[in-house]
Amino acid sequence: MNRIAVTSEGPSVNDQVDPRFGRAAGFVVVDLETMDTNYIDNGQSQVMAQGAGIQAAELVARAGVNCLLTGYVGPKAFQALTAAGIKVVQNLEGLTVGAAVERFKSGQVEMAQAANRTGR
Amino acid sequence: MITAVASGKGGTGKTTVAASLATVWDGPVLGVDLDVEEPNLHLFLQPVIQGSQMAHMMVPAVEEAKCTYCGACSELCQFKAISVFNQVILTFPEMCHGCGGCMAICPEKAISSGQRELGEISWGRAGDVGFLAGKLRIGEAMSPPLMRMVKTRLDVMLAAEGGDAIIDAPPGVSCPAVNAVLDSDVILLVTEPTPFGVYDFILACEAFAPLGKPMGAVINRAGLGNDAIYRFCREKGLPILAEIPYDRAIAEAYARGRIIADLSAGLKSTFVALRDRIRDLTKPSQPQKAAHA
Amino acid sequence: MREIIIISGKGGTGKTSLTGAFGHLAANKIICDLDVDAPDLHLLLQPTHERQEEFYSGHEAEIVRDRCDGCGLCATMCQFGAIRENGAGFMVDPVRCEGCKVCVAFCPSEAIRFPEKHCGQWYVSATRFGPLVHAQLFPGAENSGRLVMILKQQAKELAKARGADLVLCDGAPGIGCPVISSLSGAHLAVAVTEPTPSGRHDLTRVAELCRHFQTAFAVIINKHDLNPEEAARIEAFCQAESYPVIARLPHDPLVTRAMVQGLVVTELPETAFSRELGHAWTRIEALAGLSR
Repeated sequence: MNRIAVTSEGPSVNDQVDPRFGRAAGFVVVDLETMDTNYIDNGQSQVMAQGAGIQAAELVARAGVNCLLTGYVGPKAFQALTAAGIKVVQNLEGLTVGAAVERFKSGQVEMAQAANRTGR
Repeated sequence: MITAVASGKGGTGKTTVAASLATVWDGPVLGVDLDVEEPNLHLFLQPVIQGSQMAHMMVPAVEEAKCTYCGACSELCQFKAISVFNQVILTFPEMCHGCGGCMAICPEKAISSGQRELGEISWGRAGDVGFLAGKLRIGEAMSPPLMRMVKTRLDVMLAAEGGDAIIDAPPGVSCPAVNAVLDSDVILLVTEPTPFGVYDFILACEAFAPLGKPMGAVINRAGLGNDAIYRFCREKGLPILAEIPYDRAIAEAYARGRIIADLSAGLKSTFVALRDRIRDLTKPSQPQKAAHA
Repeated sequence: MREIIIISGKGGTGKTSLTGAFGHLAANKIICDLDVDAPDLHLLLQPTHERQEEFYSGHEAEIVRDRCDGCGLCATMCQFGAIRENGAGFMVDPVRCEGCKVCVAFCPSEAIRFPEKHCGQWYVSATRFGPLVHAQLFPGAENSGRLVMILKQQAKELAKARGADLVLCDGAPGIGCPVISSLSGAHLAVAVTEPTPSGRHDLTRVAELCRHFQTAFAVIINKHDLNPEEAARIEAFCQAESYPVIARLPHDPLVTRAMVQGLVVTELPETAFSRELGHAWTRIEALAGLSR
């Protein structure tokens, strides 16, 4: 797994993990081999009346991401991410993006088997 | 003639009024329950159900063998009911609003009509009163698609049997309530003279005035609260077509599922007068007294 | 931090009056009015707006008259009967327009605009019971639940910023989108019902909805003396389903008297009703796991 996305409140690794996925401010994408990062703004999902999680899944999928780190994901977004072959790690709110990436690299995380949020 | 019984605030007495009105009607009449989220009209009319059917709406079903993942459907869909990314196509039927856009735009004709269950439509009779109702499946988020299907059946029934209809609408002033009153000939707004009742009544007037239908008010639990509602109706030229007094005996009878018009001669004549005033409102020779915001 | 939603199924059971009183009794909370369609809590709390935001959601179609050649394809394709022809040409009825974009996409003359829809406003306000997060949808607007989600998010952020451990929400009636959105992330749903056939019928539906979304559920039977037999049936239902019955409140004109004065019932001299309401709040706190 070489390319991960972290839901983030801002564009840098010092920003807090945004606990939401569908309406997250944006995603910090990290290439684990080079440790290069870039930021994808999630504004276009935030403005949707419904289906923001699905829109966000499309965005990270098109960015070639293998794994998503976040706080919580709803069932539809989880379905979309799974269909795209993207693994999901949940419950990382409260950390900075950088700390979340470190935890991932040191193997201290679990891949989610299901969404940890009920749908609406 | 279709009369919609609506209100801004819930619990003001829509179903109470609709049921009593139907029982004093002087001609063939259909009681229609369009409050599909929480239908209660049957509890008062107690119809014998003669038939029912499950209602479905069309949602996208993709024949993936034909799909080229061009993404045109996903690009068009405003509701994220169909999503294409990389070489993946997913549908989320519960998000679909039934616009048919994806099916129409697919260049490969790879999308056909699947089904989502909306709920149940049932019909029957309660003595002289016909009955038609929709009941939303629990977990189905949208009521307008089911409401539209009930209204289609209503049109068929009225065309076949003639007569009038009385619609029990959902509370509120957003899209479900507007959908219920949209195709009626006259709107009755039921309220109570409490601050909540008045505030929501004003919202309802604003919501329904652009529809251009004659409107009238029914004040339930009159004597409770204050007289702000009367001042508002006077200012707006909105006719008050009936008043039902605040009375513990009436509340207890309602709590036992009784038809209020049956409780006394006085209450029956209140509803008979209401019926006649509704008719007057829709006569072309009558000057329009509807409130305009 | 806990989130408690007061719902009802049936309208008019006393949800808002009770939420207002709980807002008075609760310590350290943010109050949120999620009935964005017909909000009434502000009538008891008299909020002073500190922040106002516009709410845009979805889009609506508008035909640009001088680009339209009258082919009528839009009217044929519209599944919602929103496009009609009148003397002046083809027009979109904004009340029926679903915002699906089909007409926009298929118009051969590209004559249809698709602007965002201004659906309402939301506010963060100050009240005598603390902050209130609330909104007003414009009449006739779509109520998809997105505005509800915005309010909940704002209330949670405010709770975090102010060190509050409770978000207390007045929910909407029914079982549709706005109620479903209200339940998302809630720790406890308290349903206020009344002992009438409609009250019981609607309670069972909203209970099933909460079960569907795995939300903890408890019941308050309001105006229980209106029909003791029906109240007993509701209790039996709750027992069978293991839903705690938090309180049985008598019908009391005090509630309306308080409302008329712009007060909540616990601000008036104490009665049996307001005493029982106080006990109810203590039980709710315990059920929701709020340490006090």
